[in-house]
Parts: sequence; structure tokens; C-alpha cells
Amino acid sequence: MTQHSTSTMSVARAIATKDLRIEWRSKVLVNQVLPFAGIVMVLFAFALDNDGILQRVAPGLVWLAVLFSSLIIVQRTFAIESADNALDAIKVAGVSPAGVFLGKSVALVVQLLLFECVLVLLSLVLYQVQLSWGGAVLLVTVSFLANTGIAAMGALYGGLGAAAKGRETLLPLLLLPAVAPVLIAATRATESAFGVSGATLGEGWPWAALLAVFGALFGFGGTLAFGVLTEE
Amino acid sequence: MSSVDEAVRLHNAVVLLGSFPALAEASLVVKKGEIVLISGANGAGKTTLLRLCAGLVPLARGEASVLGFNLATQRKEAQAHVGMLGHANGLYLDLTAQENLQFWGAVVGASAQEIALSGERMGLHTRLLGTTVAKMSAGQRRRTALAILIIRRASLWLLDEPHAGLDAAGRDEIDNILREATSAGATVIVASHELERAGALATRRIEVVGGAIVERGAQ
Repeated sequence: MTQHSTSTMSVARAIATKDLRIEWRSKVLVNQVLPFAGIVMVLFAFALDNDGILQRVAPGLVWLAVLFSSLIIVQRTFAIESADNALDAIKVAGVSPAGVFLGKSVALVVQLLLFECVLVLLSLVLYQVQLSWGGAVLLVTVSFLANTGIAAMGALYGGLGAAAKGRETLLPLLLLPAVAPVLIAATRATESAFGVSGATLGEGWPWAALLAVFGALFGFGGTLAFGVLTEE
Repeated sequence: MSSVDEAVRLHNAVVLLGSFPALAEASLVVKKGEIVLISGANGAGKTTLLRLCAGLVPLARGEASVLGFNLATQRKEAQAHVGMLGHANGLYLDLTAQENLQFWGAVVGASAQEIALSGERMGLHTRLLGTTVAKMSAGQRRRTALAILIIRRASLWLLDEPHAGLDAAGRDEIDNILREATSAGATVIVASHELERAGALATRRIEVVGGAIVERGAQ
């Protein structure tokens, strides 16, 4: 029989569209992950209980909440592949692993961006930080770049956990150390965006550039490694 | 060495699940266009045999080729031509049947017409196409999964208990589809406990006994 053919980008688009459609329909992000992140943010506020300290550490708290919540989002994005063994079907079909990786990463970036919008608003209220227009531009840029790195590592290690059936519990151990550089750079850049800890707006952009490098490296490395790591 | 008219050739193939030899020096030749029934007790190795042919489990020892591709070195190339329907259906439960078909159509590059025809062929009428898979019966899910195999235009169909959960009409429809697929040049390997039903469909039967393959002759 004559086989169909399709490009890596077509596969990526199909995977991303499918993942976002499933998320839109299931509302796991809205009904479960956002409340979890909200609770984490409130608990941070209770634990530190000092406006001055909260303002100073707000950038780190926001990104820690993002990282912890991203574990749930990543696990969810691969749980939908495991529920009826769709990942095996994708493998048997010889679908481009790079396309699957890119599609998963794009869907994760979109979900994380929407998620962070709410977290930043929450931090403005809970931690009483200020955000200027210039800070907002920096923060949006930083969020996008940091998400690229988190999503790429999340898609890579999430795929590895899903392929290794039953080893999803490894995800935090694998993902959190790998994205530590993203956490550091994103926190420093967000300090500049919020104007806390004496950081100026101009000091944030070099960190944003570093995040772009991480995102590119993780994205490129993940595209190459995904197929090999997810093979049984 | 596999010849051009062979869909599957295994020679002393060994597959290990952990340290357990799920397939133990299994040898088999399946010609293109055949419908081969695999029978055997639970745990004998039927599913592992299908998964080896699908390139989903690695070959520990021996030789295995599918459609001329060596599974030890050309697993990905072989997989592009293989369609497998296992115990699970490989569907997205939160999507409708139509959305599942469209997703697979986009992933493999099938046309909208092919997608529509595959649904029609499997009796997925408009109302069913708009139903979320999670709300479908087992038989309806099976039909949707088979429609995806049609979209994929696989050359080698590997089916594990394809009749499970289907009503009489659905079973007849599957048999017709498999016969049509072989007429169009595909090869079908079916693992089933329903020997009477699947035996009537098959051109040949083999049995997996303790990880080894025993020929049971033409049907």
C-alpha cells in the first residue's frame, strides 16, 4: 500500500492542537493546577508573613510556584497519551519524534503562559509588588523564554517517564534540577521587572538573553534526544 | 534474508521481558497478502509476537524482519508501514471520534475525503462521530480505532483480539475490512481466542506455545 507522508512541522501542529483542545475540554489547568498554584502562593504568604520580605522574594516565589505546577501540567500532558496507549500508536505509526516533541513543547508553552498571567496577577495582590509598563514588557518576554526552556525539558523528561511506564514519579527528580538554571535566570529577570532587591529594569534584559540561550539549547537538544529517549 | 514476497520473517527470535523470554527462539514466515491467526493460551507470547512485529519491543537475539526491514537496525522504517491494534485502542478519550480521526489524518497526511470515508466504512455515523470517546461503548471505540488503521494505509495489520466487544454486525464488518485490506495488498496477523470466528477469516493458523511458534496449517 502507498504510504502517506507528512512533515515534522505538520506533526507538531497536529500534536499541539490536539493537546490544547483536550486541555480546553477537560479544564484540568483551570480546575486543578491553578487552584494548586494559588494555594502554594497563599501558603508562601502565610509562611513568610512579612510584607517587606514577601516583596523581596516575590519573583522567586512566583517561579517556584510555576515550576511545581509545571510538574502537574507535564504529567497531565503525557497522561493523556498513556490513558488508552496512544503513545504506542504514535510510535508504531512511525510518527516523527521531533514533531511530537515540538508539538508537546508548544502546547506546554501556551498553557504555562496563560497560567503565569494568573500567578503574576496573584503576586501583585498577595505580595504587593509593583509592575511598570517597562517591567510588564520584560516580564512577558521572560515568561515566554523561560517557558520555552521549561516546556522543552518537561516534554523530554515527561516523554521519558511515560515511555518507562509507571516511572512518572521520576519526573520531579529529573526535571527540577534540569530547569534550575531557568529558575535562577527567570527570578533575577523578574526582580528587575518588579523592581525589587534594588534591581533596575536594564539589569533584567541580560538575564532574558540567557533564558533565550537556555530555551534554544534545551529545544534543540530535546528535538534530537526525544526519539532516542522515548524508545522502549 | 527476507524475500520480497515476505511480510514477516523471524528466525530464532528471542524477546526478553525483564529476564523472562516472552518469545523463545521463535521462527515464522508470513507471506504478503496472508491473514494469519495466532492462537495460544494467555501469557504464551501472542501479544509479544505482535509487539515485536510492530517494533515495540527490542529483539534480544535471533533475526527479525518486517516488510524487508531488519527490526534490529531499521525499526523506524518498518513502523511507518505497520498498523497495530492492541488491547487498548490508542484513542484520546477527551476527544470525539471525529477529532481522533482528524488528528490521525493530520499526523499521517491523509486527505479529508479519506478521513470521511474511513469513518463511513466503519459505520461511524454523524452522531457517533460527534461523541466523546470516553462516552463510547467498547465496540464503538474499536470501530474508531480500526477507522484510524484505514486512514494510516498500513501494509501490515497487527490485531490483538479485534472482535472483542463488538456486536455481530461489527464483527462481520471487521472481517470484511480485513479481507478488503488483504485484497489491496496488506497482510494481516490476528491474535485471537475466538478460533471459530477468526479461523474462518484466516488463511493459516499458528499457535504460540511457551514463547515458541508451532504451525497449525492452512485453514
